[in-house]
Formats: sequence, structure tokens, C-alpha cells
Amino acid sequence: MLYLQEQHLMIRQTVRDVVAKVVAPKAREIDETCAFPWDAVKALGELGLLGVPVPEKYGGAGMDNLSNSILIEEVARHCGSTALTIAAHVGLGTYPILAFGTEEQKMRWIPQLASGQAIGAFGLTEPDAGSDAQATKTTAVRDGNEFVVNGAKMYCTNGSYASTIVFTAVTGTDAAGRKQITAFVVEKGTPGLVQGKLEKKLGMRASDTRMIHFEDCRIPVANVLGGEVQIGVGFKKFMQTLDGGRISIGALGLGIAQGALDRALPYAQQRRAFGGPISDLQGVAFKLADMATWIEGARHLVYHAAMLKDADQPFARQASMAKLFASEVGTKASDMAIQVMGGYGFVREYDVERLYRDAKLCEIGEGTSEIQRMVIGRSLVKDGCGF
Amino acid sequence: MHIAVLMKRVPETTARVRPAAGGRSVEVQGGETIISTYDEIALERAIQLREAGVATKLTVVCLGAAEATKEVRKALAMGADEGLLLVDAEPFRDPASAAEVLAGAVKDLGAQLVICGWKALDDDSAVVGGCVAARLGWAYASFATKLDVAGGTATVHREMEGATEVLAVALPAVITVQKGLAEPRFASLKGIMAAKKKPLVEKPAPAASNASALDAYLPPPDRPPGRIVGEGVAAVAELVRVLKEEVHAL
Repeated sequence: MLYLQEQHLMIRQTVRDVVAKVVAPKAREIDETCAFPWDAVKALGELGLLGVPVPEKYGGAGMDNLSNSILIEEVARHCGSTALTIAAHVGLGTYPILAFGTEEQKMRWIPQLASGQAIGAFGLTEPDAGSDAQATKTTAVRDGNEFVVNGAKMYCTNGSYASTIVFTAVTGTDAAGRKQITAFVVEKGTPGLVQGKLEKKLGMRASDTRMIHFEDCRIPVANVLGGEVQIGVGFKKFMQTLDGGRISIGALGLGIAQGALDRALPYAQQRRAFGGPISDLQGVAFKLADMATWIEGARHLVYHAAMLKDADQPFARQASMAKLFASEVGTKASDMAIQVMGGYGFVREYDVERLYRDAKLCEIGEGTSEIQRMVIGRSLVKDGCGF
Repeated sequence: MHIAVLMKRVPETTARVRPAAGGRSVEVQGGETIISTYDEIALERAIQLREAGVATKLTVVCLGAAEATKEVRKALAMGADEGLLLVDAEPFRDPASAAEVLAGAVKDLGAQLVICGWKALDDDSAVVGGCVAARLGWAYASFATKLDVAGGTATVHREMEGATEVLAVALPAVITVQKGLAEPRFASLKGIMAAKKKPLVEKPAPAASNASALDAYLPPPDRPPGRIVGEGVAAVAELVRVLKEEVHAL
């Protein structure tokens, strides 16, 4: 692919090597046991793969978002849960601090996160609030040099393993009566930060997804993301974070789709019916052709959105398009792989049913497909088609 | 001390290899190319010796296609200091000729220790390391499962039937390695970034001085057809006899 330079190919190779040895052999087992992929996190962290786009100054590899997309794509070909763990850690747990934290906050939290010695998480969704900020119910009331936080965040990826969780809470109302929202960082072990139970999910089962509760949880003012001047303006930041995180979820959907084709193609070439391999039958060949074409399209969208971000150009619309398209390709391609493989596709031993279950998350997490269409639609109305 | 690791670029083990039309070359389908597994083990041990300060310089030497820069660059990302790719335009080069070229390169580099795999994964000739030692007139030890270097001597363990042979080999020497000597590391992101700045010299390899010529690559014989020895329970006795006496599987 013309987008890729030598360093991207080298990263891809190193990720393939480590995935083959550490991630792939355990993927089926951790899907069944819901065990957090610690071995993979450790191995990837040691190689510098948990802080790919983080500048070297903060302990990261100082590489681009395209490299990070390639990492997530390659991991997702074999294990969606591990890929989601990384995507949430980098895109949601680390990136907001990097993008919006004060210098002191960055030096305090990023090096541990970028080296994989600590895992990061992010709390936005609440039982009654998701992409609609004004519905946020978690409150933070100032008391001297602290905020007292009460409420709950749900579907928090990496929730119980995270040493830092970036989250939002209502800190007041403006003159028009609109809620003012502030972003905070809460550290693991803070009294009043309570972990809920592990969610049992359709897919991404080894990813740690939990509710987190704040019960009179006292957080120092020093933990307001971006410092005191940022009190009341946190939500816009969170939305910007999601723009970048969406590229990662697109890469995840893309990797799952590639993983489905990786398995369906050799099966179709080996499985014989009516005197030849089923890949020679038009009904099967057309499915494989569709899968490959969707994947190619998704890869262009994901890589290009990442490259726009790397070039400091506006990328929100393209990130939403990449996430929307690649996520739906993940579901469609894994569905089709099951159909090509028939009974083999339906049983656990051949992995495509797991890919299918994992893929569905990509259409939901970090803004549903419907939210992506809203973002794209609004951007079209506001800025025109831009071509 | 300067270590040279000889490494070959080979098709991945999952690639499908078969004679190309005309039978004068092989066709590789699918799969990537990799550093030959035993050479990668040699490289890992050399990097460890370099990190421990036993070696002061580590150069990887590769004789192969121009595309092998990918494998040489990977070796640099793993931890080698410099790369030398001898770009081979020959359609066929026998092991003795390969050894002649590699020995010449090692001499020019001024290395004192050469480490490489005991064989390459693709052609299985398993003589290049020995031929390089002979060309250089250096000491030689093969199939090392452990390798340490101190004070101008390499200590080499070789697994034999019922015993481990321990050799003290005076440098300069060529050591070929066997599985188990070291577990190759993954290239880290730091290593990949550092590799971009490391020297990788590409030079055309000298013409081959083959003592043997390639006649043909023949396809493997077809598998013998299956045979039905009987039906149901009645077939068991005959099946057991065939497995025992004809195919010796029991």
C-alpha cells in the first residue's frame, strides 16, 4: 500500500511477530474465560507499543497515528479484546491527558501510561447519558482545594485495571441554565472510587468493561484536566478525544474484517464440493470478492484519516467516516466468513464466530454508527461536501 | 571484538514453494520472507554479547536479493550496529561460492567471530558456515546450543547422544548455532526508530564461481493413492496389520 513507509512496514512486522507468539495463541481461551490479556499488555508495553503516538519526551515512541492504527488492526486480526484494550488505553486513557493536560499533569501520568507500566481508562457514558452531554448526572462540587464527586460511569473499558481514569462531571450551570461540564483525572485507590462488577458481554469478552461509582470521592483541584482555567469547559475536549479514538475503532473493525477473510479464503480454497474447491463456485467467490473490496475501502479510509491527523489537518469528518464504514465492514465481513465456512464457521474452534461477536462492539463504542452519521451529516450541512 | 552474523532471507515456513514452469527456478506462493530461523538465533546471541560488552561491534552480512534490505533492517532494529547486503544477481549460486563471497566480506570487515545458523531454512545445504571457516582458515564449531566468549576463546556446547560436548575454541572462529541457543527478541519501536539511522551498505556481490550447476527443480513425487482395506469391523485386523507392517505407524 502506497501510504506505508519503511518504518510502518517494520512496525507491522514486529506487531505480527508478537501477535503470533503472545496474542493469537490465547485469543480463544480469554474469550471464553473473560480473563484480561495481561501477557499481551506486558509484551506490547515492553516493546513500546502501548505509547506509539506519544512523544518521546513523555516516554512514548514518538511515532504517528498511522502506526498506531496499524498496531490495532494487526492485533484485531486475531484478538478483538486485546485490540480494544490497547485502543482504549491509548486513545481514551492517554490521549486526553496528552492533548489537554498541563505540562505537570503530562509529566505526572503519561510516562507510566506510554511505557505500559500503567493502564489508562476513560469514563463518559452514564446509565442515562452517552453522547448527549446535557444529560450528564455525575456531579463534582468544589470544597476548598478539592471536588467532591458523586455519580456513576458505565461501560468503562479497562475500568478496574486503570491507574488513571479520565472522566466528566457537572460542575455548575451557565447563565442560560446549561450544565457546565469539567474533565477530571481520578487515580486508582482514591477513597470513594468504587468498581462495579465485570459486565458479561456478547463479544470483546476479555476486555475489562465495568461500571465505576463515585461515592463522595474527593479529587484534588490539581486533577482538573488542563488546570483550574478549564473548569466548566471539559465536554468539548472529550468530544475532540473521541474524534481521534474513532480512527482506532475503525482500525479495530478493519482488523476484524481482515481476520475474517484470512480464515474464509484458505477454507474456501481447500473445501471441495461438486468436483472442485468451493472458491471456484460463483456464489462463494462473489462473497470473497465483496469482503476483500470492503476491506480495501475501509483500509483507505482508516489510514487516510490517521494521516490527516498526523498532518494536523481537520480530520473529524474523515474519522467518523472511517469508523462508520470500517465498523460495519467488520460485522458484514465476519458474518459473511461464517456463511462461507458453514458449520465450521458457526463453531468456536474456527474463530470466525468470535470475530463476528467482537465486531459488533465497533458499531457501538465511541459513538454508535448513528452518531457517526449525525456527525458526518452535520459537517456536510455546515461545511459542504468539501470536494 | 567485532562479530559478524551471516544471515539469509528465506520464505516463511507457511509459504507454498514449488518448481516454476521450466523447472529452473522455484515459485513461492503466499507468505512473507523472514530471516532464516537459525540465523536469527545467531543474531540474538550476538546482540546479547554486544549488550554485555563482550563485543564492541556487530555487523550483519546478508547475501541475497535486493529486497533483503527488509530483513537486514529488521536485524538493525533488533540491535545490530551495521548491515551489509551483498546484492546477488545470480540465478543460482552453490554453497561453496556463497561461502567464498561471505568469507571475503568478513575479512574486509575485520571481524574476529562469525556466528550463523547451522543451515538455511530453504535449501538445507548446511555447509556454508563450515566453508566460510575453511576459506578464512579459522577455527570452526557447529551446532552450538550455548555460546560464551571470554579472553579470546569461545566456549561452545554441543548436544550429543547422551552427553554435552564442551569445546574451547580459539578466536578467530566461525560458530554455527542450533535451536535452543537463544530466543530471538522482537524488534522494539525504539529499535525500529534507531535502525533508520544505522548504516546499511548495499554492494553488488561478485559473480558466482560455482563448482556445481543447477540442472532442474523436480516436483515432489505424487502421494501414493489411498487403499480401502475392507468395510466395518471386519477391516480392523487388516488395518492393524497394514499400519504395523507396511507403514510402521504402530
